[in-house]
Amino acid sequence: MTTRREIRARKTFWNRIAYHGVGIGTAFFFLAPFLVGFLASFRSNSENRQPPLPPWPTSGISIDAYRALDGFGSGVWQHTVNSLIVSLGTVVLTVVVSVLAGYGFSRYRFPLKNALFVLIIATLMIPFQSILTPLFIILAKLGLNNSLFGLMLIYVTLQLPFSVFMMRNAFDAVPKEIEEAARIDGARDLRLLVRVLIPLVMPGVATVSIFAFLNAWNEFLAALVLLSSNENYTLPVLMTAVRAGRLGAINWGAVQAGVTVMVVPCLFVFLLLQRYYMRGLMAGAVK
Amino acid sequence: MTMPPVASRPPRARRRRNKSSLAGLIYIAPAMALVTVFFVIPVLFTLWMSLHRWPLLGAPRWIGLGNYARMLTDARFFTALSFTAHYTVVVTIAIFAVAFPLAFFVEKQKPFISAYRTVIFLPVVVGLASASLLWVWLANVDSGLFAPLFQALGLTAGRVNLLATFDIAFLTIIIMVVWKIAGFTMIILLTGLQAIPAELTEAARIDGARRWQRFRHLTLPLMRRTLALALILSITGSILAFDQFYIMTSGGPQNRMISVVYYIFNQSFVSFNLGYGAALSIALLAILVAISVAQLWLLKVGEDRP
Repeated sequence: MTTRREIRARKTFWNRIAYHGVGIGTAFFFLAPFLVGFLASFRSNSENRQPPLPPWPTSGISIDAYRALDGFGSGVWQHTVNSLIVSLGTVVLTVVVSVLAGYGFSRYRFPLKNALFVLIIATLMIPFQSILTPLFIILAKLGLNNSLFGLMLIYVTLQLPFSVFMMRNAFDAVPKEIEEAARIDGARDLRLLVRVLIPLVMPGVATVSIFAFLNAWNEFLAALVLLSSNENYTLPVLMTAVRAGRLGAINWGAVQAGVTVMVVPCLFVFLLLQRYYMRGLMAGAVK
Repeated sequence: MTMPPVASRPPRARRRRNKSSLAGLIYIAPAMALVTVFFVIPVLFTLWMSLHRWPLLGAPRWIGLGNYARMLTDARFFTALSFTAHYTVVVTIAIFAVAFPLAFFVEKQKPFISAYRTVIFLPVVVGLASASLLWVWLANVDSGLFAPLFQALGLTAGRVNLLATFDIAFLTIIIMVVWKIAGFTMIILLTGLQAIPAELTEAARIDGARRWQRFRHLTLPLMRRTLALALILSITGSILAFDQFYIMTSGGPQNRMISVVYYIFNQSFVSFNLGYGAALSIALLAILVAISVAQLWLLKVGEDRP
């Protein structure tokens, strides 16, 4: 009896080792590139031409790489601010527009309601990559070419199918009785929406916000095409200049520093709001 | 609103409904305005532009289907198409080959499982541009990680430039994209796996079905919908690939890594053949709409056979 129990215990022990071995190995593969890039970005100028073996700084922590990055374009601070303006502006506008639309689609009846909803969702089928030229021309006609605001409007539009869908579902889940009660208490229209309903759909707002932020912060092609002057570049566009190098030489320290600046906010936002991100992903997957 | 229309006061009831429908339209107006200006009009405009010779400066000239005729004889376009198709097939297979085992791995409730899930998912939330930049450095022959590491481990005789030849550069990009995307596909597949009732798997096990048999005859059929969704997302995403080729190889050794979107970008914004770029865009758009329609059909087939 004891031997059998011993065998079983040994078996679960080895199972556990195997499980964590696979887990740690896999986690290492997915985490290592970030860690290597992050650690290497703090090496000094003399070191960062060398391969990252080991990846951490061996002659003291240095911010040479970030200084080098600052030498590109209008300075890394300016471009980070550009990226932040576009991303946070996209978040605010997306939330406002999709809350209003979600509320309208959930609570009101009007002609062509279903057709209009399907139209918004159907834009998902068409890749924005295929309409960049007209967007370029339309923004120019509106006097918004090479402007962060124009780029923001494009990003908001790209977020709308997902966001309106999410917000309509969020409002659908709010019981009508709450609204009736608030109406009897004298709250109407916008005030009813802002004071009573928005607190109830906050999880939906969080989901919409995090997706809007990450997509706007990370988007590359539209920014590359629509922003034409140096001082307006967002971080990914700035990085093409860093990647291209100067006089045929690429400053890899600046690349590592730039990647760190671009990646850290994403990871931070995701880890902080993971629950809402996964909710959005599931809602999209399950439909 | 829900009040039945009273015969004696029809005008008021109608006015009320009109007011309510107007309010609804006002709420959705900003969203509709954005979709109209930045989506509906651009799509129609693309169609219109594709029928013109449209230089950056100077007047556009109507040439009917000229751009489309040119497209049919444009060898570089077909090279881009076949490269994109090749890339899509390879990367989709690679992603599934990694994501499926991962989904099985993170399915069971075990200690630290959510930590493993989170770490595997991390690359998904960073941009493809950031990921490409990070990996183009890692793959650099002199200052990167891989070539010196392989040399130090004795795997290669000298330092191999991973981005110099097509095959190895292509493999490097595939590995980068798998690293970036596999977590996403894993989570999608996980939702499908978790939707399978545990009793079914248990019953099959008791009936003596082996692991592979259970996977082949139970798990796969029950995951049809999820599989279709994951497959479509992977395919549409891969067809639109641009960032990794632009940033990592600038179109690749001997310009062999020009994807369709990259080619449209070059025609429209480097050579400024805006009309021709629009025609190419319409072709791309048609391909993707066809895939979306196929997706709806696939999902519907999945409904018939749950």
